[in-house]
This record gives sequence, C-alpha cells and structure tokens, in this order.
Amino acid sequence: MIAQNVVFWILAVAMVLAAIGVVRSNNLVHAALYLVVVLAGSAAQFILLAAEFVAWVQVLIYIGAVIILFLFGIMLTRAPMREDLSLDNDQRLAGAVVALFLLGVLSTLLIQAFGDSKIDITGPQGSELVNNGRAGTLAESIFSTYVLPFELVSILLLASLIGAVVLARRD
Amino acid sequence: MMNFAWLIPAIPVVSFALILFFGKKMPRQGSEIGIAAIASSFVLSCIVAVQWIQRVDETVSEHGLGIVRAIGKGLLANPEQGVAITPVINTVEWFRIGTLEVAVGTQIDGLAVMMLFVVTLISLLVHIYSTSYMHGDVRYTYFYAALSLFTASMLTLVVAPNTLQLLLGWELVGLCSFMLIGHWWEEKENTNAALKAFLTTRTGDIGLMIGVIVTFFAAGQTFDIVQINVLALEGHGGHTIWMVGASCLLVGIIGKSGQFPLHTWLPDAMAGPTPVSALIHAATMVVAGVYLGARMYGVFWQGFSIEDGGVNPMALVGGITILIGAALAFVQDDIKKVLAYSTISQLGYMVMALGIGAWVGAVFHLFTHAFFKALLFLGAGSIAHSGSHHSFDMKKDMGGLRKHMPVTFWTFMVGSFALAGIFPLAGFWSKDEILATAGQGGYEIFMVVGLVGAFLTAAYMTRCVWLSFFGEYRGHADPHESPKPIIIPLIVLAVFSVLAGLANASAFGIEKFKEYIEPHGEAFPEVLTPQFDVALAALSFAIVVIAIGIGGFFWVDRRELRALKGLTDRSGAAKAGHSFLMNKYYLDHLYERGIVAGIKGPIARAAYWLNQNVIDGVVNAAGRGSAALGRLTYRFVDQDVVDKAVNSIAQETGNVGGLLRYVQSGRVQRYALMLFGAVGVLALSLVIFS
Amino acid sequence: MVAQFLVLAAVLFCIGVYGVLARRNGVLVLMSVELMLNAVNINLITFSAYLRETSGQVFALFVITIAAAEVGVGLAIVLLIYRNISSPDLDQLDQMSG
Repeated sequence: MIAQNVVFWILAVAMVLAAIGVVRSNNLVHAALYLVVVLAGSAAQFILLAAEFVAWVQVLIYIGAVIILFLFGIMLTRAPMREDLSLDNDQRLAGAVVALFLLGVLSTLLIQAFGDSKIDITGPQGSELVNNGRAGTLAESIFSTYVLPFELVSILLLASLIGAVVLARRD
Repeated sequence: MMNFAWLIPAIPVVSFALILFFGKKMPRQGSEIGIAAIASSFVLSCIVAVQWIQRVDETVSEHGLGIVRAIGKGLLANPEQGVAITPVINTVEWFRIGTLEVAVGTQIDGLAVMMLFVVTLISLLVHIYSTSYMHGDVRYTYFYAALSLFTASMLTLVVAPNTLQLLLGWELVGLCSFMLIGHWWEEKENTNAALKAFLTTRTGDIGLMIGVIVTFFAAGQTFDIVQINVLALEGHGGHTIWMVGASCLLVGIIGKSGQFPLHTWLPDAMAGPTPVSALIHAATMVVAGVYLGARMYGVFWQGFSIEDGGVNPMALVGGITILIGAALAFVQDDIKKVLAYSTISQLGYMVMALGIGAWVGAVFHLFTHAFFKALLFLGAGSIAHSGSHHSFDMKKDMGGLRKHMPVTFWTFMVGSFALAGIFPLAGFWSKDEILATAGQGGYEIFMVVGLVGAFLTAAYMTRCVWLSFFGEYRGHADPHESPKPIIIPLIVLAVFSVLAGLANASAFGIEKFKEYIEPHGEAFPEVLTPQFDVALAALSFAIVVIAIGIGGFFWVDRRELRALKGLTDRSGAAKAGHSFLMNKYYLDHLYERGIVAGIKGPIARAAYWLNQNVIDGVVNAAGRGSAALGRLTYRFVDQDVVDKAVNSIAQETGNVGGLLRYVQSGRVQRYALMLFGAVGVLALSLVIFS
Repeated sequence: MVAQFLVLAAVLFCIGVYGVLARRNGVLVLMSVELMLNAVNINLITFSAYLRETSGQVFALFVITIAAAEVGVGLAIVLLIYRNISSPDLDQLDQMSG
C-alpha cells in the first residue's frame, strides 16, 4: 500500500509538472515531448490501478500514434521554433482564473465525495482486480456487451479517416 | 384501404428522395417520378374518398342519420345499439416519454378525405403544368423534388391524428414554401421574399406551438386531436384555458393563412415560380391554417363561445382580412399580386366562416376556392409563359390577349366568375353557405362584411380581366396559346370550378358536405345548418353583377370617365387613399422600420453603451482600485479618457475585463473561456444549493 | 486513495482547460484537449478499479480510439486553417466577430 502510494506521488508530481510544461512551453516540439511524459505517466498510473491492457493501449496508441501525428502537424504548419515568440494568446490570466476556479470546485467535490473510499488490492479482491484488467476479460466485455458501440467506433474511425483526407487534401 | 392511408403521404416522400438522388439521370430529369408519385397518391385518395362515402352510407342506412348523430353525441341511452361514424385512426408509436405515448399515423374522416382529394389533385395538375412552365430551368430536378416534399408535408398535416404530427407537417410545409418561393434565389428580391414568408409565418408558429402546449395540458396531457376536441366541447377544466388555447392557435392561423395583420408575406411570396404560387394558395401552405381551424374546431367553439353570436376574435380577424385584402387588390398592377390579395381576402372568408360557426361553409369554401384560385394562378402563369414574355405587369405587358390565347382566356373567365360568385359556379354556393349561416346564426354584421367583400371581389376581378384580356395588346412579345401541359390543367380546373359548387348546392337540396364531410360525434359541436335563403342569394348575386357592371364601366369605358380617372391626381383625399392602399396600409413600413429597427437599434445601442461605458468602467475600477472611484464618473462622460485609461491599464487586467468585453469577439477560445467559466459557476451553485 | 487519483485527474483536466483557453497555436490547443481526455481516462480507470467493473476500462479504450480520430480530424482542420490564413494561430480566426 505504501509502495503504491509512493509511486503514485512520484508519478503524479512528474505528470503535473509535465502537463504544466505542455501548456507553458514556448517550443512546440518540447510541448509535444512533455505530453509524452504525461501520457506515459498516466499509463503507469493505469498499471497501479491494475488496468494492464489499457495501459499498453495507452502506450501504443497515444504515445505511438497520436504523438507522431502531432509532430507531423507541427512540421506541416511550419510553426516558429523561436523561443521569443509567444505561443499564448491574450487571455492567459483569464484562462488561469477559470481553470483554477474549476479545479477548486472539482477537487472540493471529489474529496467530499470520495475522501474515504479505498481500493482494496490485497487478497481475493485484488486478484479479481488484476483479472479485470486482463485483455481476455476486456475482450469478452467488448465483444459481448459493447459489441454495437465497438462497431460504431470503427465506423467513426473510418469516417474521420476519410474526413481528414478530404479536409487536408490540396485541390 | 383506409387503413393504408399512410401510403398517401409516404409515396411523395419516397419520390422526393428518388428525385433528389436519381432525378438528374432520368430522361425527363425526375419530373416523371414526381408525376407518377402524385398520380398514385391521387388515385389512392380517390379510393379512400369512395370508401369513406360508403362507410357513411352504410352506417346511415343501417341506423338512420338522426340516430347516428344521437349516438355520436352520446344522447342515446344504449350506445351498443348502433355505431357512430367515427374517424378511421391508425397509429404506430413514435416515441414515449415516461407514460406519455406519442404516435404517428393517419386519421381519416370526411375533412381529411376532402383535403386529400384537393391536395393531390391540385398538386398533380401543378406537376403536369410545371413540365412545360419550368422547362429548361436551371434547377428543374430540384424543383420537382421540392414539390414532392411540399405535397408530402401537406398530406402529413392533413392526416395527422395528433397535434404533434400536425405541427411537424405544418413546419415542413413552411420550410418547403421557403425553398420554393426562393427557387430563383440568384435575385436578392426573391431571397428576401422567401425569408419574409418564412419568418412571418414563424411568428405565427410560435402561437401555434404555445397553443399545442396549452391544449395538451388543458386536455389532461394528450396530443390526440379527437380527445382534445371532445374535452374542449365539454369545457373540461374551465372555459378560460380553452380561450387561451384557441387564441394561441388563432395566432398560428393568422400567420399561416395570411390573415391581418400578418398577411404581408403572401403578396411577396409571388416571387416564387407561378405553379408554386398556385400550389401555395390553393392546396397547401395557406389553407393549412384554415384546416387547423376546422380540425380543432371544438377548441375554437368552446374558446371563443361561437354559439353565442356577437363578435369574437376569429370572426373579427377574418372580417377585417376580407376587406383589406380586397381593397389592396385594386391598386396592384401585377396580376399575381391581384390574385395574392384576392387569396388573402378569400382566406378571410374562411376564417370568418369558422369564427361565426359556419364550419361547413368554411370547409366548402376552402374546397371550391382551391379549384378556382389554382385555375387563376395557372392562367396567369400561362399568360406570362406565352403571352407577355415572363412579365406579370397587367398595364405594361398585357391587354387584348383574348384573341391570342382563347383557352387561357375562357378558363380564366370561368375562374374569375367562380371567384366573384356568379350563379351557378362554385364560388357562389360556398359564399352563399357562409353568408346564410352568418345571417341565421346571430352574426348579421359579418354577413354585411361578406357582402361588401363580394362586391369588392367582383369589381377587382373585372379590372384584372379587363386589363389582361381586353383592349389593345401593350406587350412586346409574340403572344400565342400555351402548350398542352399548361392548357390541360386549366381545362380540368375550369370544369371543377364550374361543378364543385354542386357538391353542396343547398338550393337544390344537395348537401353532400353536410352528409359526408361534417363529422358526427362528440368531438364536434352542433353547428347550425342554414336554410337556403333565396332573398340573400339573390341579393349577393345582384351585388356581384352590379360590381361587375361598375367595374366594367369604370375600367372599360376609360374615355368617358377621364374626369374620374384623374381623381387621384386632383383630389387630395382620393390621392391619400390611393397611396395608403399603394403602401399596403404602411404595415410593411411599420414592421421594418418600427419593429425591426425598434428592436435592433435600441438593443444594439444599449449593448454598445453598456460595452463602452459600464464594462470599461468596471475594468478601470479594477485596475486602479478604489482610488479610481472618484474619477469613474468623469470617465463615464469622456470617451477619450476612458480609452486612454484602458490602454494604460496592465494587459492582464484588461483580459479579465475582456471576459465580458469581447462577448462577441468571434474567437472560439473566448467562447470556450465563457463556457468553462459558466460551467464552473453552475457546478458551484449546484454544490451550494443542493 | 480513490480521491488522490481523482484529484490528479482534476488537476490534469484543469491544466488542459487552461491550455485550451490560453494557447494561440492550433496544435497546442489540440494537445491540451488530449490532456483533458487523458484526465477523463484516469477517472474511468479509477472508478473501474473502485467499483470492480470492466466497463470503465472498456470506455477508456473507446475514449482512446475516439481521441485518435479527433486528433486526425483536428490536425486536418488546423492544416486547413494554416493554408487559408498562413498561420496556425486561432486568434486570427475572428471573421465571425460581432
């Protein structure tokens, strides 16, 4: 339990710092790399929560595919790499106020509601948890209960693929 | 077959989709699909009509009309003894909210059957007519697709068993008329006309929507029209709520059926192609309002206490509309506009008839009017197509067309006489029915209004016919008779214009409308059946003849009437009257300058003032802190100082002010900022208040 | 124990909100959106563990898939914006300004 907590806090601090890096960095490529840190951190958090398969998907798809996509986006829009040019607009302060306000409301609510809740990861319940995170269990769920949403998502992917091609095509 | 009546609106819907997707590839560019679909709908409508008549006949011959009515009203001690003539209702569940089930389906009764027949017939003729009239149009296929959808929407409305489906059809009809009025959208004028039609009717639609909601609650949470009517007649829940419901529904009728004061869109809607005008004025769109009145008659009967006589809002609106519509028709040079104002006036008759309890008269007039008004519009289109080189100006481009276009001339004459109410053409019978009911039902004043309207109608139609067909040809085209697809619908409609009135020719004891169309049951009030009044009929006929005589005298014999002709130039009063009419009572001015500008201007200015003064002021106050309080009043007055101060304040402070200042910045992130802020505030208030 | 994961997610979410609001570059805005989506995923997984339900993880998978689709279309839009106004900056897109 303590080991899990220690790992959690190390990861959490790293993730928050990297997330701040994403939104404050003045270099697009750096921002993308910070994003990798955040995403990898959350993959590690998933493992802490015994969601093994989702963690791997997170690494493969998010870090593998999405970040590459972002880097392509950065290259194609030939964004300035100079540090002196601000990448922020003129509502930094207002944005910060709104974000902090939201954070205050959200965290108060969450701590009020779930302050005492525990996740039991020892004993039989722990092994159930680990079993829940396995690819086989998830596959059963996806292909029985959620088979229709799954098909819908595949159609959505196809549609967005075509949409992206149509949008980005030069003609 | 009555159980398969859903096919009637479904076929045009399918044809709409087919024309849209495959129309361009067809040899006749999709028109054949439209015509085939409407023709089959028409055939089905006829079958349904025949079956309805058989159903009524069977029930009546089994039990006798008196008993059928008595059972319908629940007056008979033992209802099992016989069957009332109830509508044939077929529904399927549309959706369900809690325990409330909303259905779609068909309700076939006399009124629906009559409307189905009229709508499909007129639409079929318009479809055929358009093959020639719209030939070579850039959006020919699209035009046919829209026509199909238009017809389908109207049919959906007609068979609606509940107010929600009715509302659906109603809105679809509005949308389609927008598409068709703006068919030639390349010209700004047409787009404006389409927008005006759409927005004006939308104004009325708000009334309808509220009315639907009010009747929903008044009738104990049901959209079912039969049930609403039954409960309305019982006075369920008190008279007041039905009055509110009826008033709201009346606003819907005013908007859709071009009643005073929302009639201004109808003449502008002439910007659409002529076949569309014919369809809008005769069978779809504008009659939807009257149909609503007839369909939900129980609500109006109860809400406006129609039985009591006197004056009620519905009759009043109709009466005013008769007179102003007819008066405006005199000063138009555009033949289509004459007909448009004439439609307004005739719709006034129908609404007034509903208001004074002449249900049969209203529905009968709707029936006959559909034929002769479609005939007149298509006739005007025929003139423009082949006689006046696409112009509708009677004074500049017409005249003397009698010799060149004999068929158009004779059919137009038939339509005009029918409209004016010459015995024994269609208009005479329906108008007489309304006038007789008005006279015998305690609404004498509206009988007088109706007679004055009849006089005006006959007079302006004389003017219209004279200017278009008599005298010397003033145009620059080579007038000739129109091709067959145009002529044939004209002849068919002319035949109906002559004969349709005989369906309810009370003088000869034929009362088919009374027998088959009027509902018998507890969902319908006991309306007055007027006795045929020879004196009244003779009077109205005489008035019409005199009006034609005076009209002829005034416009035909120009030379001898020069003194009168120059009246508008010399007499101040006459001139003022003329320009008052020319400017359509200045209602458009009132709407555009008064209401639109009145709302847009002050609100925009107020918002600007708020922006410039209050919000900037708040920004400054925040920036400078409490010390700025003294200077604040000064800055309110002096714009320069305010601007300078704003510039001098730190950028970040300005951004906080920007929360409100740039509400309409057009930048998506500003909107996102407000969105997230609002979400936070809402969440917080939920936490606090729950 | 549950709360700490949830609060971490909330922090990431709000940082994402800040990024969406304050970043000028379209690509960076999309990255911030990814931060927010990722926060949602952490929430889903946490509740999945807390309630011993696989559904949460399935939904996280769906979110990841849809996020991938969203990035694809989003970057195409940014590309289009870039091509039209020669800049990936969203605050220059104020043609709808009132």
